[in-house]
Amino acid sequence: MLVIDNIYKTFNPGTVNEKTALNGLSLTLEEGDFVTVIGGNGAGKSTMLNAIAGVWPVDGGSILIDGIDVTKLPEHKRAKYLGRVFQDPMTGTAASMEIQENLALAKRRGNCRRFYRTGITSEEKKEYYDLLETLGLGLEKRMTSKVGLLSGGQRQAVTLLMASLKKPKLLLLDEHTAALDPKTAAKVLETTDRIVNSNKLTTVMITHNMKDAIAHGNRLVMMMDGKIILDIKGEEKKQLTVTDLLRKFEIASGEEFASDKAILG
Amino acid sequence: MDISNLFTAMPGALAQGLVWGIMAIGVFITFRILDIADLSVDGTMCTGGAVCIMLMQNGWNVWFAMAAALVAGLLVGLVTGLFHTTMGIPAILAGILTQLGLWSVNLAIMGKSNQAINVDKYDLLVSLRYIRNVPIWRNTILVVAVITIVLIAVLYIFFGTELGCSLRATGCNSNMARAQGINTDFNKILGLMISNGLVAFSSALLSQYQGYADASMGKGAIVIGLAAVIIGEAIFGRIFRNFALRLFSVALGSVIYYLVIQTVLWFGIDANWLKLLSALVVAVALAIPHLKGKYFTSVKRPVAKEVD
Repeated sequence: MLVIDNIYKTFNPGTVNEKTALNGLSLTLEEGDFVTVIGGNGAGKSTMLNAIAGVWPVDGGSILIDGIDVTKLPEHKRAKYLGRVFQDPMTGTAASMEIQENLALAKRRGNCRRFYRTGITSEEKKEYYDLLETLGLGLEKRMTSKVGLLSGGQRQAVTLLMASLKKPKLLLLDEHTAALDPKTAAKVLETTDRIVNSNKLTTVMITHNMKDAIAHGNRLVMMMDGKIILDIKGEEKKQLTVTDLLRKFEIASGEEFASDKAILG
Repeated sequence: MDISNLFTAMPGALAQGLVWGIMAIGVFITFRILDIADLSVDGTMCTGGAVCIMLMQNGWNVWFAMAAALVAGLLVGLVTGLFHTTMGIPAILAGILTQLGLWSVNLAIMGKSNQAINVDKYDLLVSLRYIRNVPIWRNTILVVAVITIVLIAVLYIFFGTELGCSLRATGCNSNMARAQGINTDFNKILGLMISNGLVAFSSALLSQYQGYADASMGKGAIVIGLAAVIIGEAIFGRIFRNFALRLFSVALGSVIYYLVIQTVLWFGIDANWLKLLSALVVAVALAIPHLKGKYFTSVKRPVAKEVD
C-alpha cells in the first residue's frame, strides 16, 4: 500500500542550523497495516509523515502509495489518497466554518471543486448527522456550530471523521492525542481504533506513549536519526511489553532510551 | 454652521458611501475571508475608473465600459496573486508592488493624470447630478443600492458553492485546506481577482459619479475599505451573523463612514485632515481586539465554558 524507498531530507542545508531529518528512510506497509511509530524528539517521525503528505519535496528517494508514485506531486494533489490528523487540534479543521461545512469539505477531497455545485447538500447533512452520532459527543445536534467553539478533543474527533469520510488509502496520525488530557486522549484513541477497524484503513500513527504504541496496531516501528532502527510485527508485536521494547531499543541503538515521557506517559 | 447645509449634503454622502461600499466588500473578501491585507486596491481604485472613462470617451456604451473595468480589476488581482503565490512574495509586499506599478499603468491608460467626462454629453449610469430632480429609477442612490444588492446576492451564492467553500477554508486554515485536497494557491489568486474586480467596478462607478478619473483617486482606498469593514462589524456584528448580512453590514459601514465624514466637514474641519482622521480611526479600531485580548481576557475568560 505504501512504499517509502530510501528518502532523504535535510533542512537548512549549508547553514549552522543544518539538520538531516530523514537519512535514507525506507518503509513498506501492506494493505490493512496499522503501524505505530515511536522515537525520541528529532528522530524524524513527523518529518516522515510530512514527506508522505508532501508538505515539501524530499531531497532523494521515492514514495509510492498503492503503486502510484507521488514523490513529485504537490500536497493538495496527494491529499486524495490521504487522511490526516495533526498534533495541534487547531490544524485539522477550519475554525470559522460550521461542523457540517468542515465535513463537506472533507467529503470532496480529491474532487475538483466546482462553482456550479453547492458546497453542502441536504442529503449530506443527514449522512453527517448519523456519522456525528457515532462519536457519542452530542455534536450531531450542533452541526451548524462553528468548529472553533469545540474543545480540543471534540475537534480531533471531528478531524478523524473528516480523515475517514472519503476512504483514504492511507491514514496519517501525527501524535493526534499529544495535546489532549489523558482522559480525552484515551477516548480519541478509542474512536481512532473504531474508525480504523470499521473502515479497514492502512494507518501510520505516531505517538510519544510506548504503552499506546504497544496497545494499538499490528506493527511497531522505532525511529532514530531519520531512520527506522526497529520493526516489530505479527506475533512478536502481540506479546510485546514496555520492558521488551526498552531492551530491544538498547540493543538496536547502542544507547539507553532517554525519554521519561515516553516510558511513563 | 447651518444645519440645512448638512441635510442638503447628506444624499450625496449616502450615494458616495454606497459606491465605496462595493469597494469595501472587495476589501472584506481579501481581509476577512482570505486573511490577506491587499494593498493593490489603492491602485485598482483608479484603474477601474480610468478604463471606464477612456472607453466611454471613445464612444463605448456605459455597461461595456464598466464590464471592461471589472475585467481590468480581475487582471490586477491576478498579478498580485501571482506575485504572492508563484513568486513567494509576502502578500502585503505583493500588493504594494502592484499598487506602485499601477500608478504608471493608470497614467498610461488616461494619457495624463486626470480625465473628465461630461454628464451632459455622455449617458452615465450614476452621477452627482442624478441625486435630485431626476426620475426615481435614474436616481443614483437607488441604482447603486440595487447594484450592491445584486452583487451581495451573487457573492452569497458563490461562497456557498464547492469552490466558494474551499476559498473560505483556504483563508481560515490553509494547512487544513491543502490536507483536504484544496489548491490554496489557486484559491488565493481567485480571491484576489474577485476582490480587485469589485474594487475596479466600484471605481468605474465613482469616476462616473464625480465626473472624472484621477491618478490619485485611489489613495488611501484600503484604509477607507478597512474602516467600512470595521465600522460595519462593530455596529452590526452581533445581529448580522448570516454571510449575506455580513456583506450588507460592510456596505452600511461605508455609508456610515461617509455620513460621518460629511458631518465632520460640516463642523468646519479642514478637509486636509480627513486622511489622518481615517488612519487614526482604523488604527484604533484594529487595536481594540488586540488590547482587549491583552488586558481583559485573562481575568474575564469563563472556565472551559462551551458556547453553543
